[in-house]
Amino acid sequence: MNEFFHMGGYAFYVWSSYAIALIVLVLNVVVPLRNRRRLLAAIARRARRT
Amino acid sequence: MHPKRKKRLYLIVLMVAGIGIGIGLALNAFNDNLMFFYSPSEVVAGEAPAGHPIRVGGLVTTGSVKRQENGLTVRFDVTDNAESVTVEYTGILPDLFREGQGIVARGKLDTDGVFVAEEVLAKHDENYMPPEVADSLKTAHQEGVGGTTQGDTTQ
Amino acid sequence: MISRFFHQLGSPRYFYRFSGRLIPWLAVPCAVLMLAGLYQGLVVAPPDYQQGESYRIMFVHVPSAWMSLFIYIVMAAAGAIALIWHMKLAEVIAISSAHIGASFTFLALITGSIWGKPMWGTWWVWDARLTSELILLFLYLGVIALHNAIDDKRTAARATAILSIVGVVNIPIIHYSVEWWNTLHQGPTVTKFDAPSIDIRMLIPLLLMAVAFKLYYAVVVLMRARCELLERERNTQWVTELVESK
Repeated sequence: MNEFFHMGGYAFYVWSSYAIALIVLVLNVVVPLRNRRRLLAAIARRARRT
Repeated sequence: MHPKRKKRLYLIVLMVAGIGIGIGLALNAFNDNLMFFYSPSEVVAGEAPAGHPIRVGGLVTTGSVKRQENGLTVRFDVTDNAESVTVEYTGILPDLFREGQGIVARGKLDTDGVFVAEEVLAKHDENYMPPEVADSLKTAHQEGVGGTTQGDTTQ
Repeated sequence: MISRFFHQLGSPRYFYRFSGRLIPWLAVPCAVLMLAGLYQGLVVAPPDYQQGESYRIMFVHVPSAWMSLFIYIVMAAAGAIALIWHMKLAEVIAISSAHIGASFTFLALITGSIWGKPMWGTWWVWDARLTSELILLFLYLGVIALHNAIDDKRTAARATAILSIVGVVNIPIIHYSVEWWNTLHQGPTVTKFDAPSIDIRMLIPLLLMAVAFKLYYAVVVLMRARCELLERERNTQWVTELVESK
């Protein structure tokens, strides 16, 4: 197991690549989800006012 | 298709074609500047500009790597299988540096025709395989049955 | 029949409902393939004969780079459709793709840099492949900036469509840069004409990740397109009904 995380001495390079990729992929999902929630809330608020 | 839409389609096609041709001509004109390195043949033939820093790329000749006494300076030959250039470099070599490996060195030719490098980068090829497969290919190659594998891919 | 389907799909209201139902059907296989690809790539695949374990960066780097080109072509094609047919849905797909394409281009550049340091000995060189990929990132950012700079969404869509169509000439340059010029970056492994020069155990995770990334793009572009549509159509009947029905 330790050997797996060690990546033959390239742990820093391999794991930082995968970590950055994970962050970018997650962000691309979270941003539209949050936008949609905010948008729907804003539209609902305005609809109630009229 | 509606004639107006057809016109717009033609306009787009024309636009891309025109810009494509323009860029193509520009790239052709700057071809030399887009080359990342010179081959040893070009350096030996004097095609590389003398006096200012250039890059030379090729394979490290097997058996040519010699460490100087100080332990940090290395001398080796770089070849494109036609001509070769001797390179001298002081510093840490990349992990992939080894005999037979493609490399790119940046530096200047000195008066003796030795290329004094400030930086040596390793170029790897597009083949990926586990070590045991590489070993068996190598033995097969030595026995004269193997196809083309390593070493012939650095253009 | 098919043309009617596309005509319906072009209507924002129908697209919103249809894509909402489609997303889970894409997201689940995407997650499964990605986990399988990660397992195959990080655990099952053997180390490389020259690069050891460091070559495993390939399984995120190469699919990201492929996606950066693929998404650009989708964006430019959607832009062309928007220009010719004035289709709202195509405008929305184009601008949504720009954000995702920019992220993949960024990923390809940054993971390539992290891979280049231990193997080549440098984080960055100005060779033709790396430089043209960096230009691709600037094209994406240019499209996004131009879209944000113009208030009227339809004018913005037309302007960005022209910019992205012009930028298409960069795509073949990126792809063929390693063959046309001397570069530090090596030539193609999988997409060359003869058989791919990669061990089958390494090729499997690469292809799994490539398909997973394609599905991921489909999911995320639909999510973004839905938001764009909601915002643009906020004053229409169907959006009001949608909000009230919640």
